[in-house]
Amino acid sequence: MVQGSTDAADEKARPEVAVEIAGLNKWFGEFHVLRDINLNVARGERIVICGPSGSGKSTLLRCINHLEDWQTGRIVVDGIELNDDPRQIVAVRRDVGMVFQHFNLFPHLTVLENCTLAPIWVRQMPKRDAEAVAMKYLERVRIPEQAEKYPARLSGGQQQRVAIARALCMNPNIMLFDEPTSALDPEMVKEVLDTMVGLASDGITMLVVSHEMGFARQVADRVMFMADGQILEINEPKAFFAHPQHERTRLFLQQILH
Amino acid sequence: MADIARSSAARPSRRHARNIGNLALQVALVAIVLGLIAAAAHNAAVNMAKANIAHGFGFWNNTAGFDISQALVGYSASASTFGRAFWVGLLNTLLVSAVAIVLSTALGFIIGIARLSHNWLVSRLAGGYVELIRNIPLLLQILFWYNAVLKSLPELKGSVTLPFGGFLNNRGLFLPKPVFAPDFSAVVIALAIGVACALALRIWARRRQERTGEQVYLLGPTLALIVGLPFIVFLVAGKPLTFGIPDMGRFNIRGGLEILPEFAALLIALSVYTAAFIAEVVRAGVLAVPAGQTEAAQALGLRSTTTLRLVVVPQAMRMIVPPLTSQYLNLTKNSSLAVAIGYPDLVQVFAGSVLNITGQAVEVIAITMAVYLSISLVTSLLMSLYGRMVAVVER
Amino acid sequence: MASDTFYLRQTPLVVLLPPRARAGVLGWLRANLFSSPFNIGLTAICVILIAWVVPPLLRFLLVNATWSGDRAACLPSADNPHPGACWAFVRVWLSYFVYGFYPIAQRWRVDLFFVALAFGIGWLAWLRAPRRDVAALYFFVVLPVLSLILLCGFPLIGLPGVSTVLWGGVLVTIVVATVGMVCSLPLGILLALARRSQIPVVKWLAVMFIEFVRGVPLITVLFMASVMLPLFVPEQLSPDKLLRALIGVAMFASAYMAEVIRAGLIAIPRGQYEAAQALGLGYWRTTALVVLPQALRVTLPNIVNVFIALFKDTTLVFIVGIFDFLRTIEAARGDPRWTSPIVSITGYAFAALFYFVCCYGMSRYVHGMERRLARRSG
Repeated sequence: MVQGSTDAADEKARPEVAVEIAGLNKWFGEFHVLRDINLNVARGERIVICGPSGSGKSTLLRCINHLEDWQTGRIVVDGIELNDDPRQIVAVRRDVGMVFQHFNLFPHLTVLENCTLAPIWVRQMPKRDAEAVAMKYLERVRIPEQAEKYPARLSGGQQQRVAIARALCMNPNIMLFDEPTSALDPEMVKEVLDTMVGLASDGITMLVVSHEMGFARQVADRVMFMADGQILEINEPKAFFAHPQHERTRLFLQQILH
Repeated sequence: MADIARSSAARPSRRHARNIGNLALQVALVAIVLGLIAAAAHNAAVNMAKANIAHGFGFWNNTAGFDISQALVGYSASASTFGRAFWVGLLNTLLVSAVAIVLSTALGFIIGIARLSHNWLVSRLAGGYVELIRNIPLLLQILFWYNAVLKSLPELKGSVTLPFGGFLNNRGLFLPKPVFAPDFSAVVIALAIGVACALALRIWARRRQERTGEQVYLLGPTLALIVGLPFIVFLVAGKPLTFGIPDMGRFNIRGGLEILPEFAALLIALSVYTAAFIAEVVRAGVLAVPAGQTEAAQALGLRSTTTLRLVVVPQAMRMIVPPLTSQYLNLTKNSSLAVAIGYPDLVQVFAGSVLNITGQAVEVIAITMAVYLSISLVTSLLMSLYGRMVAVVER
Repeated sequence: MASDTFYLRQTPLVVLLPPRARAGVLGWLRANLFSSPFNIGLTAICVILIAWVVPPLLRFLLVNATWSGDRAACLPSADNPHPGACWAFVRVWLSYFVYGFYPIAQRWRVDLFFVALAFGIGWLAWLRAPRRDVAALYFFVVLPVLSLILLCGFPLIGLPGVSTVLWGGVLVTIVVATVGMVCSLPLGILLALARRSQIPVVKWLAVMFIEFVRGVPLITVLFMASVMLPLFVPEQLSPDKLLRALIGVAMFASAYMAEVIRAGLIAIPRGQYEAAQALGLGYWRTTALVVLPQALRVTLPNIVNVFIALFKDTTLVFIVGIFDFLRTIEAARGDPRWTSPIVSITGYAFAALFYFVCCYGMSRYVHGMERRLARRSG
């Protein structure tokens, strides 16, 4: 279930719960954007989070690697409690990969340099090793031939696959996807989703904010519905889509499935 | 059908007519411009003959006969030519521009970054500086520094005594002048070796990091090489540097390094004024890097200093360099306001004194403009090369 | 994990206000001034800086200032050992700063000019004013003619002539700035269109003019206008000093205006040209009815920015011997009956205040306009 490249001793030490969120509350100014969020994500679990825009799902995801600060509650990632200590934050971020809606590739670096930047400067890897790892993952997302190009030359779908490869190069235990396909042209959505399905079969822990319900049905262990900053419903995909319990969930599913 | 046929038949002839019209227009324009130039030349010849003004560039080698208060190269009123005066003025323009560029860049970057600070007070203060300075004309600021500040300093007798034997009064700033003994060349050589070694160390460290991944912090060793090594050589060589202390006489100050109040006022005003514009350039450049870039770098676990160095600064610099260069150009052009306070820059010396003495307005103004024009054109040429280079890199 | 799999919220949570320490004044202070030791240090430095600069400045400008009297009142005395700004100086000289040597009996004409100008600017600047096309006609055609008659005089209708040698102060500053603006906009439009023209000679003449003027300092253009221009025309046609400076300023401003307008023209999508041509409009109609109105609207903020720069640059006419506002300050400051360091500082402070209020006001206006444009397009 767990990724092959980490060694066995490490594996035992790691707790069964990958992400633990308890009593999380966040305000943007006076606006209560996350309300009493409690969530445990098991190791290797894949959760798809959906909900109307402004429901706080992206903010929740961005709290997990501390791109956003919060006011009350605690988040523990891989046994490391997140607080204001920059060392703890960096330790968590090394372990958590993130893929953004707008890719956020570094335009002044080639695809290969995008992928090797963090391994070289954060993991202190020799350049040659970092490049080998990068090429491995670029092959994995099926664009090794673009390695020397600059991101601006790539299509949206290719850029998003590079972004996934870039995150994977850090060998993360947990991957966060923040609406990875919603900025893409329709014909490019599939190539990115296929890549993500491939990842899912590796057993990596995934939290995905997405409205791709086909993807949710195919790979999710649980589907979570958020609205107005609260978690309204969590269920296994089959039950979630067949018998949504909460009225808001039903309404939402009706709207996006048609 | 008929309509279509007609319009397609009409089109070539209409285009033909338009071409002839264009050609006629061009010929007429050239004729008008040439006519104007000819008329101007004729009038100039008549007017100059009437006023008994010579023409041509023969004056270049005539004796200038006027004094210049600051000259970087040897110059004397009785022996030097107008041509020499031109070079003196040009060098003074370049000197004040170069020093002001350094100072305004330093100040501008500090204030630009301060404007981006999360500290409310810091960003407000920096914003206040920018708004205050750029909404007041530069000429007013130059006059203020010259007349209200530097010229209101005490007279010679009441000079402010500075540490290490300097003086400050309304005639300028008098500082100890460094006098280099021949042995000082050893220090210069040591400095060169230090810089070379620091560069080599940097390359070695990068290679090593590429090979092993280990990062070395080079600030200490670099400082030791660039500052420490020359200093040790300086001590070993028996301190081959003495200072000519300015000597206060009854009517003037002799010896030492004299900084004219005109130079100081122009330098301060240009630096302070341009810094406000550079601050805006810097702020705009940094803001042009999307927040997503920083987030992506941080999400990968890069620390904030590394994020700045490897992700934000390289992208911001590409936005900053072209407008920054045009600010440098503006500064150089603005240094011509020197004429208002009598700093002997190119315009003051050449378009001022030389023009007054020779009366050859056309030649003198043409030469002065040609100098600024060539500086501008060379700079914009370099900038377009830079732009093309950056564009190529990102393709 | 199985028990955890299903979750359904039964009752919605109430919306809470953020914890007190993070909100309100305290939270704001903490977040903006005292978030880290480094920030606390910066805040302390700023507070010290403000405490060092602001109280002495206020003391000089207001508390210890001399508001009336003559030079003696502004000098250190027993009851005012550290005199502040000498506003009495500004009071005594104010009418000189505004009108120069314009004959006192005729100054109502200058006042009328100021009113007519303010009316035109107000009409043009108020973006929701009615009939702004009439306003443009008024500003660019009626006002110049009216001003010329008012200020220079027109003996036929009983306005005695006033030589420009007598003009001075704010009047000259405003005249130079306004003439620069009124001339540079149409000339700038023509130059910008010429630079984008398909006809080589037209294009290259425009490029040469624009790049030449932008490549040299304004002061050399003014020197050229004031020293070379008289040589280039027959002696009897030689323009007067102010007119020469105005020609220099207008040339200079036109080149900068042309580049700003060209940027606006470039921003117009090709589709607009194509649509206009498809409707059968020729070059001039396409330009006048479709392209220019759009280009001018998006460049309006930059046009005002050029005007702000122009307004500051008017001070340079000082150097070719025109009595603009700054020059009148210099002259008054140097008057032997008044001259003193404090008078100098007061004079410069007053001038700085005048230019700052004008330029900052305009830049606020630009800011508001940019936000309006951003809202409309966003």
